[in-house]
Amino acid sequence: MSERVLMKGNEALAEAAIRAGCHHFFGYPITPQTELAAYMAKRMPKIGGTYLQAESEVAAINMVQGAAAAGIRAMTSSSSPGIALKLEGISYMCGSDLPAVIINVQRGGPGLGGIQPSQADYNLATKAPGHGDAHILVLAPSSVQEMVDLVAKAFDLADTYRMPAMILADGMLGQMMEPVVLPEEGHAREIEKPWAACGHHGQRKHNIVNSLYLQASELNEIVKKRFERYAKIEETEALAENYMTEDAEYIVTAFGATARIAKAAVREARKEGIKAGLIRPVTLWPFPKADFVKAAETAKAFLSVEMSMGEMVNDVRLAVECKKPVYFYGETGGVIPTPAQVLEQIRKIAGGAE
Amino acid sequence: MLKEINAVLAGFGGQGILFMGKMMAYSGLIDNRELSWLPSYGPEMRGGTCNCSVCLSDEPVCSPLVTAPNVLVAMNRPSYDKFVNTLVPGGILIYDSSLIDVEVERKDIEVYAVPATQLADEKGYKGMANIILLGKLLKVTEFTTMDTMKKTIEKVVPARKQHLIPKNVEAVELGYNA
Repeated sequence: MSERVLMKGNEALAEAAIRAGCHHFFGYPITPQTELAAYMAKRMPKIGGTYLQAESEVAAINMVQGAAAAGIRAMTSSSSPGIALKLEGISYMCGSDLPAVIINVQRGGPGLGGIQPSQADYNLATKAPGHGDAHILVLAPSSVQEMVDLVAKAFDLADTYRMPAMILADGMLGQMMEPVVLPEEGHAREIEKPWAACGHHGQRKHNIVNSLYLQASELNEIVKKRFERYAKIEETEALAENYMTEDAEYIVTAFGATARIAKAAVREARKEGIKAGLIRPVTLWPFPKADFVKAAETAKAFLSVEMSMGEMVNDVRLAVECKKPVYFYGETGGVIPTPAQVLEQIRKIAGGAE
Repeated sequence: MLKEINAVLAGFGGQGILFMGKMMAYSGLIDNRELSWLPSYGPEMRGGTCNCSVCLSDEPVCSPLVTAPNVLVAMNRPSYDKFVNTLVPGGILIYDSSLIDVEVERKDIEVYAVPATQLADEKGYKGMANIILLGKLLKVTEFTTMDTMKKTIEKVVPARKQHLIPKNVEAVELGYNA
């Protein structure tokens, strides 16, 4: 096993991408993800890769689109306002069935908002990653180690299903340092891309990467076929961590950095004799419905804790089909909920439901 | 020795607050413990306030953001005012008494006043008040061993500044014995 090293989340994302075989990065600086781009700027020239600071976020995502069309692993990263600018390109990649990884180290919004951590891009990532009928894979790490692990997974899933994948992190995860074990170099999975526009050398018919279909019936069919693929992904790739849920009466749910705060609160609640548990979705799209359906059989109530005004909470309500009450607690604009605040909410729900 | 450390380190930007936190974090890495280091990253600048959260534990760290610390190191008055009442009862306060002129009102915490900046200036360690306070922190909490601390210094002092290693070790020892 490799040595444990201490890294900032942003730097770990960058190194993990390189080790996942991503040698082409196109970015544009924005707090709180700038260390990622800075790390790429330092490392890429040394390994013969590309680091390119584009003239804008829009340019960067279109460069990723071009690189992806040529069949290579490419990545861009930004934070909330910058991601909003990239949505056009992301939609084009969805429409062209192109794999790539997009990192979103979220900050408070709307507008320029602030630079402190937020999770208010949940809806953007899972519901509307650009215009049109489309989904992207959305993975939500909650530690620096998981940032490393999920970057490799994101590239593999993106290549397998030919669609963009987003790592939905936040400023806290991006800025914090934790020990990580990095995967060995040179062990990235290689997934064949016979569709790539990378030169046919007169050996085969040329490939076309395109998202324009002017015949309504043709586009109808293509989108429906793509949704069959989405259905398969929803069936097979959803992932969640269940913590003390077996006998839990009150299920707290949270993703990313907030899940760690929620976990601390769950532990405290257990010490007080409240049977609390935690479901932490690791994939936000596909949403791990089955974990909630199972928990709803025995739990009395759910509490979604988010750094937003309440976005994932709606997916929780859908998953449990409103059979059990689903409460929400959130702080937004860069304010991070504290374990004590979450504990207070658990107590309130436990007291009220008794 | 404190089994679990949830520390807040706070002061002016430029005092080496984040670096002090990194030293703690690297010692945890060397000791093979679980740890997290989280800086405040607001629109801060030299002379502004600055703080970081450091957790050291034998269990995986839950919340990297420390809101109820059991250890507080304060290097200026605004930081002292902001964080002193967040310390849990029985918590440890270490502060630079050459920069913070205060009667500590809380009676339920352990208080260590170290004139770190004055010591640094007088004994030839200018700009190393943070390292002196780190030495005191090491003595009081035993968050690691002196041996690990020396290894930590060797690790975090950049290659082009290797000549500063003995200076840092001396500053830690100065704080340790202060």
